[in-house]
Amino acid sequence: MVEDVWILGINMTKFGKHFDKDVVDLGAEAAMAAMADGGVTMADMGILAAGNLRGGGGFGQQLQKQIGQTGIPVFNVTNACATGATALRTAIMAIRAGECDMGLAVGVEKLAGAGLLGAVAQSDVDEWQPEGRFGAVAPTDGRIGTANMPGTFAQVGMEYGHKYGDVSFETFARISVKNHKHSTLNPLAAYSKEMSLEQIMGDIMIAYPNTRPMCSANCDGGAAAVVVSDAKLKTLSLEQQRRAIKVSASVLTSDPYTERCQVLPDVNTLTKSAAAQAYEQAGVGPDDLDLVELHDCFATAELVHYDNLGLCEEGGAVDFFESGAPWRDGSKPVNVSGGLQSKGHPISATGIANIWEVCHHLRGEAGDRQIEGARVALAHVIGLGSACGIHILESSAA
Amino acid sequence: MTDTATSAQIPLVDYLVLDDPVHLVANECTNCGARYFDRRNACAGCFATDFQKVGVATTGEVASFTIVSMAPPGVEVPFVSSIIDCDGTSVRANLLNVTPDDDHIKLGMKVRLCTYSMGTKGGVEAIGFGFEPVGN
Ligand SMILES: [Zn+2]
Repeated sequence: MVEDVWILGINMTKFGKHFDKDVVDLGAEAAMAAMADGGVTMADMGILAAGNLRGGGGFGQQLQKQIGQTGIPVFNVTNACATGATALRTAIMAIRAGECDMGLAVGVEKLAGAGLLGAVAQSDVDEWQPEGRFGAVAPTDGRIGTANMPGTFAQVGMEYGHKYGDVSFETFARISVKNHKHSTLNPLAAYSKEMSLEQIMGDIMIAYPNTRPMCSANCDGGAAAVVVSDAKLKTLSLEQQRRAIKVSASVLTSDPYTERCQVLPDVNTLTKSAAAQAYEQAGVGPDDLDLVELHDCFATAELVHYDNLGLCEEGGAVDFFESGAPWRDGSKPVNVSGGLQSKGHPISATGIANIWEVCHHLRGEAGDRQIEGARVALAHVIGLGSACGIHILESSAA
Repeated sequence: MTDTATSAQIPLVDYLVLDDPVHLVANECTNCGARYFDRRNACAGCFATDFQKVGVATTGEVASFTIVSMAPPGVEVPFVSSIIDCDGTSVRANLLNVTPDDDHIKLGMKVRLCTYSMGTKGGVEAIGFGFEPVGN
């Protein structure tokens, strides 16, 4: 029997531009606030799992040097946009394995002004020289389609349209209208401005059908969570037990081989697999979820994940959206935080920040944007490459 | 002498074969039939290590596309990135010789392989490829 693991404390920083703070500052802010939220200190931690992609490396130890060097094992993890979820999963695995009874997971990124991610510098060559695994004599991005994120996720959405019936530009844009509207209730979002359909469709086109507000917002931010074993939690105060959130499922997958996956990343199969495993672990189904935070790195991605997470019938993502279900007053609220398109996407923080969002609701502490009576929630991230993290969380029975 | 100078060509990638007719070639796993365009260590589907070169159909249909309007410096925009289903083999390529808007590009449209000159360096002309609407 695997022991239950609980979120004891959790925090996210304000997402946005933090010119006066480095990654360690943001990590320290989130980590110390998460421990304070859980009523514990570094002395209680048995493991630190730390995620950061664009810093200099060794982020976990740099963080320890600022917030507490206790000699515990540090796991520096990177897994693209699933880095935060991977850090959390690492701490959860350590507790499930009985290696320790409490752990800290932190994810931080400084991204404000980073521009297009996944862009490869283009170099001039004097002669045609075949290089790499394709024997390419020139950079292939832009010549042989694109592997950059906006174009890739645009094609993911269009592929769904080809498979199940065309999805219009306007439908994708309406998803973005929803998330920007939701963000107006989130004071920690990088952008919390309502945008009309006309504004979104008329904004700068990045990669059809995604305009700029339909793409995740580059920004700075950090998030951290303290996880605790069931046995240890029972020794803590009643208040700590009452606010603890049960991790009913913690799943990480990579993409299994499918015919097209090395030509266009298959973000569907690994998400479907992670969802199936998560529902099995938690003993719940999509119908039981009171809210969902899913990885809307682009509006086109949100659509396909309605389907991948089983929130609708196969092929029924457009109907699901058009029904109003994923709005905050609908039957299956999705991305009430504003999602990555408006809350922002500081890559390594994202996979813990989405857990913070749902914990906030499950604790009944979400203020103006509280989903009333929320008991069960799902948080999903995907990193291209690919890695998918899904956590299902439940409020304490007490 | 002039003949050799003008006829020297090199493909953009080694899986573009400049024979007549020009075509793409894949590394096909002899065990499970999975097809790849890159140099392989083993098959991602079945882990076998035996591959054979196979020609890929030169016509297909657009299974997905995007019109990229913003790209890093050095990449000309707009361009149309596309996934082409060539008789069951997925190929990534630009759509060429088509107006880059959603009035002219449709999911499911029939396309065929085409090539273009990327310019000459050291007397060698590089040849790129894409797919164009069959109607052209
Ligand atoms: Zn094989």
